[in-house]
Amino acid sequence: MFMQQMVNGFSLGSMYALIAIGYTMVYGVLRLINFAHGDIMMVGGFLGYFGIAVLDLPFGAAVLLAIVGSALLGMASDRVAYRPLRSAPKISLLITAIGVSFFLENAFNVFFGGVPKAFPVPAYLENVIDFMGLTMPVSAILVPIITAFLLAIILWVLYKTKYGMAIRALAFDVGTVNLMGIDANRIITLVFGMGSALAAVGGIFWAVNYPSVEPMMGVLVGLKAFAAAVVGGIGSVGGAVLGGLIIGFTEVVVIAFFPELGGYKDAFAFIFLILILLFKPTGILGIDFEKSRF
Amino acid sequence: MNNFMIKKEQWLKISFVVITLWFIWFANTHFDEYTVRILNNIAIFIILAVSYNLINGVTGQFSLEPNGFVAIGAYVAALLLVSPDAKQYQYAIVDPYPFVLTLHANFVVALLLGGAFAAILAAILSFPVFRVRGDYLAIVTLGFGFIIKILAINHPEVTNGSLGLNDIPEFSNLYWTGGIAIIAVITVLNIINSKFGRAMKAVRDDEDAAIAMGVNTFKAKTLAFCTSAFFEGVGGGLLAALLTSISPDLFDFFFTFQLLIIIVLGGLGSTTGAIIGTVLVMGGSEWMRFLDEPMHLFGYETAAMPGMRMVVFSLILIFIMLFAREGVMGKRELTDILKWRKKGGK
Repeated sequence: MFMQQMVNGFSLGSMYALIAIGYTMVYGVLRLINFAHGDIMMVGGFLGYFGIAVLDLPFGAAVLLAIVGSALLGMASDRVAYRPLRSAPKISLLITAIGVSFFLENAFNVFFGGVPKAFPVPAYLENVIDFMGLTMPVSAILVPIITAFLLAIILWVLYKTKYGMAIRALAFDVGTVNLMGIDANRIITLVFGMGSALAAVGGIFWAVNYPSVEPMMGVLVGLKAFAAAVVGGIGSVGGAVLGGLIIGFTEVVVIAFFPELGGYKDAFAFIFLILILLFKPTGILGIDFEKSRF
Repeated sequence: MNNFMIKKEQWLKISFVVITLWFIWFANTHFDEYTVRILNNIAIFIILAVSYNLINGVTGQFSLEPNGFVAIGAYVAALLLVSPDAKQYQYAIVDPYPFVLTLHANFVVALLLGGAFAAILAAILSFPVFRVRGDYLAIVTLGFGFIIKILAINHPEVTNGSLGLNDIPEFSNLYWTGGIAIIAVITVLNIINSKFGRAMKAVRDDEDAAIAMGVNTFKAKTLAFCTSAFFEGVGGGLLAALLTSISPDLFDFFFTFQLLIIIVLGGLGSTTGAIIGTVLVMGGSEWMRFLDEPMHLFGYETAAMPGMRMVVFSLILIFIMLFAREGVMGKRELTDILKWRKKGGK
């Protein structure tokens, strides 16, 4: 029973972590809480749904469609809505992000309806297997493994490639990066693309787990994932993963052992967020934003 | 000369109040029920927008919590206004606490208590909230607003959970909503023009410089936060007594989003702008009702699209931010514009 809950917590935490990475990377380069990030995740889930249910694609191809489509949407949102505001006050950027978020939610609500759509989960993901005495669906085991794999790729890009170096430099000082002959806007577009692709994977996981998609599914997840990014230490990819796992575990474990607190499940992330901002504003893997980043 | 200017401004304000009062009377006696209802809505949202603008626009603290304070005001007022008999039959989920049934007060007390509870909560919350700045503050206040909604859902002994409270007596009419809107606008304007208001603007323009000049920024922010929460609470009470039923879903983030569009459209930091924004958004939202309904376009009939208005509103918000960040009024007030015209640019 205990182990079972641990696996569930790990699985939920991995989903938060995937989405939190996008928040933390965008915050690192733009100092923007990208409110629309949770909705990009929703779009990812929807694209997966369309791929399977409407276009009749195999699951893998639908996931690829979701990843590519979400990455393009993320980059487009930056190009259209955020790039013209690079020199504007930060608050304007934040308000625009809220506007983009509401636009995506309501556009999907109008055109595809607010009723949750059943997500066609392939049978091999729903198979229940015995794994070291635990019975659980394949997906609950696959989610953490895929998350670890994607995290390894992200870390490799960040620390072993020229683009990663540019991203880290951008988080440190935009002006100098431009002086070095790097096109900051291209790098920011890349960051949005990477973050949105991860969000799409998170959205697919979510859709498989719950099995449904609906236009508002990204709101709460997005806010919790942002809380996770802050708890772990915003600007740090490892911190985002750690924060995501902490919040995922807390939600699962507390409800497993104190069912009467079930109604407060959605408040845990915010309570964590407020506590961490009160006592260690830089987060657990704290990065002092005035000194260094990543 | 200076004295004369002050007098002129005051005359201007008094004439506005008189014109508004006359308009309220005229609307109440001449307009049909539907129009009066929209005007009631506009008056309540003027209260909310003007007070929200005090913390967001004037003090520059990007709070996303008004939905929480409005909810507190609405629930406190509703609990005090619903008669004990009507309460008896409402609590379907669990039996209410006995003291809930005995609560009863008249309209004025209920509104004031609603505002007071919201203001006290704001005073308590200002300690954690103002430890952070900028977008962190936005997310923390968003979190608190969310927690208030969750508390309302999870305490059915007081709030009747997700079913909400019904049978609230319909006390709100144009005299109440309009009258309190006038009081709110005058109070907020007086605060903005006082030394506290100058401190608030200093915090907005450069917080570090304000601290260096010896401004107690925490006090300025807390005062703005509490005043704004008080009027948001009162507005919530008026809203409850207008709608006659409230539930936690009414006070989700969408409520804040509406207010945000209003003050951004009117011009962050301008009270006149907040009023103009309210009229444009609330009026426009009625006018754009056709968007949600089936349409005849070039011989084709499109299906009804509920929610289309919200798509349009979010696009409007993005467009304002991209192309007209100052909104209608910028940071100016009506009095600034009139002064400027008379003196040919000062």
